[in-house]
Amino acid sequence: MKRAILFLVLALTTPVMAQNAAPIQLDYTQFDLPNGLHVILHEDHSVPIVSVNVWYHVGSARERTGRTGFAHLFEHLMFMGSGHVKPGQFDEWLESVGGTNNGSTSNDRTNYWINVPSNAVELALFLESDRMGYLLDTMTPQTVDAQRDVVKNERRQRIENQPYGMASVVMDETLFPEGHPYHWPVIGYMPDLTAASYDDVVAFFKRFYAPSNASLVVAGDLNTAATRKLVEKWFGDVKAGPRPEAMPPAEAASPASVVKKTITDRVQLPRIYVGWITPPFYAPGDSALDVVANVLTGGKNSRIYKRLVYDMQIAQNVQAFQGSRTLASVFQIVATPRPGHTVDELLKVIDEEIAKIQQEAPTAHEVQRAVNQFETSFFNQLEQVGGFGGKADQLNQYYTSTGNPGYFNQDLARYRALSPADVRAAAARYLPLDRRVELTVIPERTSK
Amino acid sequence: MTRHLLIALAIATATLSAQAPDRGKQPPPGPPPALKLPTIQKRQLTNGLPVWLVELHEVPVVQVSFVVLGGSSNDQAGKYGIANLAAAMLEEGAGTRSSLEIADAIDFLGADLTAASGVDSTGVRLHVPVARLADALPIMADVALRPTFPKDELERLRQQRLTTILQAHDDPNTIASLAFSRVLYGADHRYGTATMGTAETIKAFTVEDLRAYYSGAFRPENAGLIVVGDIVPDKALPLLETHFGKWKPAGPPRPRAVLQTPGQPVARVVYVVDKPNAPQSQIRIGWIGVPRATADYFPIQVLNTVLGGAFSSRLNLNLRERHGYTYGATSAFDMRISAGPFAAAAGVQTDKTAESLTEFFNELTGILKPIPVDELERAKNYVALRFPGSFETTGDISRRLEDAFVFKLPDDYFSRYVQNIEAVTAAEAQRVAQKYIAPDKFAVVVVGDKKTIEPKIRALNLGPIKEVTVAEVFSEK
Repeated sequence: MKRAILFLVLALTTPVMAQNAAPIQLDYTQFDLPNGLHVILHEDHSVPIVSVNVWYHVGSARERTGRTGFAHLFEHLMFMGSGHVKPGQFDEWLESVGGTNNGSTSNDRTNYWINVPSNAVELALFLESDRMGYLLDTMTPQTVDAQRDVVKNERRQRIENQPYGMASVVMDETLFPEGHPYHWPVIGYMPDLTAASYDDVVAFFKRFYAPSNASLVVAGDLNTAATRKLVEKWFGDVKAGPRPEAMPPAEAASPASVVKKTITDRVQLPRIYVGWITPPFYAPGDSALDVVANVLTGGKNSRIYKRLVYDMQIAQNVQAFQGSRTLASVFQIVATPRPGHTVDELLKVIDEEIAKIQQEAPTAHEVQRAVNQFETSFFNQLEQVGGFGGKADQLNQYYTSTGNPGYFNQDLARYRALSPADVRAAAARYLPLDRRVELTVIPERTSK
Repeated sequence: MTRHLLIALAIATATLSAQAPDRGKQPPPGPPPALKLPTIQKRQLTNGLPVWLVELHEVPVVQVSFVVLGGSSNDQAGKYGIANLAAAMLEEGAGTRSSLEIADAIDFLGADLTAASGVDSTGVRLHVPVARLADALPIMADVALRPTFPKDELERLRQQRLTTILQAHDDPNTIASLAFSRVLYGADHRYGTATMGTAETIKAFTVEDLRAYYSGAFRPENAGLIVVGDIVPDKALPLLETHFGKWKPAGPPRPRAVLQTPGQPVARVVYVVDKPNAPQSQIRIGWIGVPRATADYFPIQVLNTVLGGAFSSRLNLNLRERHGYTYGATSAFDMRISAGPFAAAAGVQTDKTAESLTEFFNELTGILKPIPVDELERAKNYVALRFPGSFETTGDISRRLEDAFVFKLPDDYFSRYVQNIEAVTAAEAQRVAQKYIAPDKFAVVVVGDKKTIEPKIRALNLGPIKEVTVAEVFSEK
């Protein structure tokens, strides 16, 4: 679905390569425009398409109380026309040349991409620059109202009418204290969406959508020198604007004890969610926790999956993951019991396995198996230039998170460097059994 | 010549870039890039198994797809779900390897191995760094050619599937799609129940059922290998010959059941499935569409793009952008070997369900009239101009080749695709609209909060309203 919302940017989707193979070679050129826009160009002539990918360094974490969901609502407004593009023309013009586009919002950033056949790159640059420079020229309260209704329906579709949809919202609300920028959901609360006003749009654009708070990647079937001229032509006249203050650090730690919470939903089976606050994206511990998740629930031979789903067959599924974000990450384990079994039975086994990996390092085989899978995921990402998770998107993510678009090899090295002892240590330090959130979703009715 | 001129122009405009660019009109596109299709190299192993190979040397990975003709469409009466279950069972024991051994070896190689059946085909697909292909291929060959169907693994998958069906009761989206197929095709038709089958059939399957299905369907004359990635035929073919070239069928062939397509609905009926307190209603509107072999394939692509296949399509602009009733409205012809459903679809807010139905029918009626030239051209360009860029990843190309293999598309299908789309006329688009879009006869399925939505739906007088229970949708007594 278009203009999607991302609750988590999973480290698992990050890219790599096979062990002992040559380092990933991905050439790019980068430069800054006088107005502060950072630009990265990458040539890949394998198919005749170009992707124009922009990240604005603002997500729901910059919202204020009473206006949650605004960064994402704003993302929707970016497709509604700009100074020289009437409402509807953005999509019409792109479709006329065979282009596609989308955007997404997370806690930390908002991204946009346009994929076009390589003969239409200038149209994409024109459209992208026009909304960066002249969005407010055509913005009206009616535009805000129209997309407000769409976003409310997005919330209904993704959260309220989705089995277990409220769990991710409640988990963040419970793990992060009130006032922490990750306390509220990216999609926002209904009353806040209702309250969002045209004036909010103007203020948000002026504060966060300056070129100095964005980075642009143009990647694909292009000539670097010619594309640089086109970028200078179309983005050069976008006014500089003040660069927003950096996101202030926010304290967050797993709770001081076990916090138990229960919600109901229109579902047949209960489900347990166990959550901890863990180190941020790319910080020490982040990649080790990716491997912990894999050793616990990645594949049939992983420890918890094998016991609960394969051997005992008391769970329908179990999944662990490190959801990496800029200020703090969340490690979660999610498990659904088979009919006739309880979440307590599952939790007992889950806790036995966590305790075990905290005390004894996993085998070298288990760690290598996980690292090999991460390596392949890097390869797979290199197959695609545009869209979500393609090379253009990844260059921008690395630039935004580390200042280095070519962070591919360093990112892979984070996994390769891990020893079984590192994996054990991360589990022991960051997944304390007595300090976490245990959220249970129970069926509204006990009988069907 | 043209190319140099374009570069010269680009530099000339760039020297002016100190001044603001002319934003008064959108920059026109240059000449479309040439269609550079990947070359399909067609070979054969000594047992007759065809191999289609495409070289793609950008990233050191390769995808190998073992495709068998036949899928859930060919399930015999009373055995609905056997193809789907048998495919899932392939990885649960093969050759001398156990389920856990297969999973461990594949995971350790950083490979991805899946076995799954679709409506018309079944595939075992391996995606792997090319340096590890030689290690992964023997495992893949065991899974595809020597499955053992262990009884205890069958019991585990059986319970897992019964639970999956139970959980599907939670999801209005799944319920709506299943209910729609069921009212169109009937409970006894293969398309009227889920590809996974029903709780009743799943409870009854035996190891003998799996073996009988497998030996009838998995045969060299009925299968093919598709290889896409960083490999040349001289490297790939000896490997494939070693692991697949000696494969012989285990028993006599069994003819695939041929699906009869039922008659179309003759009058519009609204089917309501109650989901108490649901904040949205899931809507499906349509009837039986066309088989993949339809002579109207290209005009239908263009027609559906205008109606509901792109973001700027009429349904989405109306229900999402103009009225805000939904996060997205679409339409699609699901083309299979036999005619699959055509459906217009959306999840809409509960209190606007009737209003949404009205707008759906406004658009479904409106599409019967001539499509304005600029709108038709935009739809044709959208479909045709992005086609050359759509052969990007090993997965993209493998899927396209699988389609060509399963639906027996002509050799020049890809090379003629763009011109076939560009050739669609307004008259043809209107002809296929009038042939395949029949708002007065369409089935309407609404899954939502009945007490809130039904009175206003009734007031629309679309036709008789029938209630379908969730239990009926899942064929439960």
